[in-house]
Amino acid sequence: MSYVLNTPEDQRAMLAAVGVSSLEELFSKIPPQLRLNRPLQVPEALSEIELTAHLSQLAGRNRPAGDAVCFLGGGAYDHFIPAVVDAVAGRSEYYTAYTPYQAEASQGSLQVFFEFQTLICQLTGLGVANASLYEGGSAVAEAVLMALSIHPKRHKVLIAESLHPEYRRTLATYVANLDLHLHTLPTPNGFLDPDDLKRAIDAQTLCVVAQHPNFFGCLEEPEALANVTHEAGALFIVSFDPISLGLLKRPGQYGADIAVAEGQCLGNPMSYGGPFLGLLACREEYVRKMPGRLVGQTVDRQGKRCWVLTLQTREQHIRREKATSNICTNQGLMALKATVYLAALGPQGLKETAELCARKAHYAAERLTELPGVRLRFDRPFFKEFTLQAEDAVPAFLTGLLDRGYHAGLHLGRWYPGLEACLSMAVTEKRTRTEIDGLVSAFAAQRDGACNGVMRPIKEREPQMNTDEHREETKAK
Amino acid sequence: MDKNQSTELLFELSHPGRRTHRLPECDVPAENPLPASALAGYPPPLPEVGEIDLVRHFVNLSTRNMSIDTNFYPLGSCTMKYNPKRHERLASHPGMTDLHPLQSDESCQGMLAILWEMQNLLAEIAGLDGVSLQPAAGAQGELTALLVAASYYRDKGEKRSRVLIPDSAHGTNPASAALAGFDAVSVKSDSRGLVDLDDLRAKLDERVAVFMITNPNTLGLFDDQIATITELLHQKGALVYLDGANMNAILGVTRPGDFGADMMHYNVHKTFTGPHGGGGPGAGPIAVRKQLVSFLPAPLVARAGERYYLDYDRPKSIGRVHGFFGNVGILLRGWLYIRTLGSSGLRQVSENAVLNANYLLSRLKGIYDVPHGDRCMHEFVASARALRRERKISAMDIGKRLLDFGYHAPTVYFPLVVPEALMIEPTETESKETLDAFADALIRIRDEDADFLHDAPHELPLSRPDEVKAAKEPMLRWKPRHDSV
Repeated sequence: MSYVLNTPEDQRAMLAAVGVSSLEELFSKIPPQLRLNRPLQVPEALSEIELTAHLSQLAGRNRPAGDAVCFLGGGAYDHFIPAVVDAVAGRSEYYTAYTPYQAEASQGSLQVFFEFQTLICQLTGLGVANASLYEGGSAVAEAVLMALSIHPKRHKVLIAESLHPEYRRTLATYVANLDLHLHTLPTPNGFLDPDDLKRAIDAQTLCVVAQHPNFFGCLEEPEALANVTHEAGALFIVSFDPISLGLLKRPGQYGADIAVAEGQCLGNPMSYGGPFLGLLACREEYVRKMPGRLVGQTVDRQGKRCWVLTLQTREQHIRREKATSNICTNQGLMALKATVYLAALGPQGLKETAELCARKAHYAAERLTELPGVRLRFDRPFFKEFTLQAEDAVPAFLTGLLDRGYHAGLHLGRWYPGLEACLSMAVTEKRTRTEIDGLVSAFAAQRDGACNGVMRPIKEREPQMNTDEHREETKAK
Repeated sequence: MDKNQSTELLFELSHPGRRTHRLPECDVPAENPLPASALAGYPPPLPEVGEIDLVRHFVNLSTRNMSIDTNFYPLGSCTMKYNPKRHERLASHPGMTDLHPLQSDESCQGMLAILWEMQNLLAEIAGLDGVSLQPAAGAQGELTALLVAASYYRDKGEKRSRVLIPDSAHGTNPASAALAGFDAVSVKSDSRGLVDLDDLRAKLDERVAVFMITNPNTLGLFDDQIATITELLHQKGALVYLDGANMNAILGVTRPGDFGADMMHYNVHKTFTGPHGGGGPGAGPIAVRKQLVSFLPAPLVARAGERYYLDYDRPKSIGRVHGFFGNVGILLRGWLYIRTLGSSGLRQVSENAVLNANYLLSRLKGIYDVPHGDRCMHEFVASARALRRERKISAMDIGKRLLDFGYHAPTVYFPLVVPEALMIEPTETESKETLDAFADALIRIRDEDADFLHDAPHELPLSRPDEVKAAKEPMLRWKPRHDSV
């Protein structure tokens, strides 16, 4: 089964027209000693019925958000996706097209991307947005590279430790061989203190990168950070949560020069981490330094309003090694979903979604901190995510909560050695009071169980293997 | 496509007080405790649109696209093959889509089993040893592999600053090289359209880290000097990178690892039928030879006994290029495709992709210039150079006129080494009848009046957008009337 329509008769007629006698002969340019003289070692082909059964069986070995209540955050969130989003994105005129190079044959996608750019400008309060990047982590890297092309003589990048640790790692990987010096500024109190920034910043500083609300869920002081940054003549880059902008000040209002985000929350499923949606908006004056595709409005021969890919002289297919970025294929379908999502919510829907997230997160935090020995790690305002400190907040404890039906939180010790006993939890508008109360009860019960040394798993679990042993085994391979 | 259809923007449809999505009442007693100083005061000025208006808007707009499901789409280098419907259904299984990227390995064993198998399948098809599924698209795959190469040389204590790239390469190659901190150096093509070995030898020295080659190349030719090329590079201690954009031509026929490539990327949205999503998402996993595996981004999926887990314990790793695992939804579709085809199905893909391209070439030979011979792999590049010279008909004119016949245009003006290029890739999923009808259209267009062609397309809702105006007076977002520029 290969979706090929050519019958043996078709093939014979076509080979004759080409002037060769066999399919093999079509590959005569490939030296015989370089050809593969055996079948690829690939499992046997499956029919649609078999494939469906196989996939369902494998899916049954996963515990998705519908099976265990999801309080996980850290850049991917279990927000609700209205049916209209999937109905529109399921139109194959959108998802089986490619980059809209031929404007006349691509007005559907082009108009959607123009609307997307406009919505992201409205959301961020900034003058210009591109037609998408890959996801939130590489979007931070692209923003720093963009800053470098604005200020090519500055080489120091200051990064708040409260920025997503995997985004920091992505940035460090991207720029490893460029003349940039990354400095991480500690955030012991759950936010970057503007006074600490003031002490670290200097005339060599290219940009400051912060996240608001940050990885711990806490609010930063973005206006003060922007002011300190601008006094040093540097650029302020912020990574934001699109949903938070239903309530919080917009990046353009507090002085961000470049704003980037993970746009998964705008109508895209969590999908084990991708495909997601990188957002990038900036002040209008930097438009020619932007990475990625841009759609612009123009008119056709008859003066009809229409849309085209524009300012392509920034891009790799024209500028090659001098391009602003190497990005070509982006995340068009995710941008379409975000467009439909934002249009379906409107200003009031976005505000209510943000309010529900904030109120439910605060309710969950209040209830959980009523438990003995559980407290909020940081004395900072937070939006939909918060950091708890509890002595038993370790991976085994979270495994126990999963057995009780909850993806309860992320163990922060994984990224922050000082936060070994801390969990971060996210609460979206989808979570109900019953689910939150259930989590609190499970949390309490799991602690009791753990204190008594009695683990009572609800489900039979596969035998747990020692992680260090696995690592040895992999190394040995 | 209806010429008279409304093209109002969402913002022009906005009507205060309307909305599509409504939220439930809040069921918890907590108040919103955010400090007033952090609040915007009013939400972003998004459009307010009711449900039926919203649905009509986007459904009507969708009909203003050409797509694989509606039109033959021979866009060279993009492998616009049929996107099987079963993939869309199966990849949308909530047991796959509703997994959080940071949930425990124990709670996503099914997903990890698929990703682990996908790593192995891609290694086998490449003839290489290790695979990272993390890069989100081909260009990011290139960058990742070049970062791997940089770390590899750093680890060996060698300083190598250059990446050699043929002049026929995709623009992403030099852009990725620059981003990875290398100097991109162009290598000429010879008169046959292959790598000019003399020029390669002249530029090859101990400063060279990597040679990036697309094979089959962007002219649709398999460079039969490949064994010599890889040997030359390896003698100088350099690595060979294969841009896998054209893997659709060689599945199960030859493997990059077997012809000497040390690293490569796949375009899962091309070769393994993504789909393309209107410009993404793609997936650009990379495969590398043994000595490079320890530098791959973390995590990789590993297996111990029957248990799968994400292996982050990779001290020599370059780090990561994506906040999470990668474009899993696309990788899943690629896996479904490989599992549907099996080994003979994969080989049939390439045999028929190459057959279809050669058949189309045989129909057009003598009618259009095809500067690089009368045989090709999965695609070929025709040139309108003579038409341009004699009758002022350009590649763009031909591409635009094809739209009137219901065909998406080929890739035009690429590769840069062919003037007035028309790059045609039919793919294996098209029938002989479709290819014949497309050839007939191209033959007819050749004899049409030049002025008529300059004004094409004639049958679509619009024709020849003013791109100069778009770039000179950039209008990149809608603005309400009172909000002056």
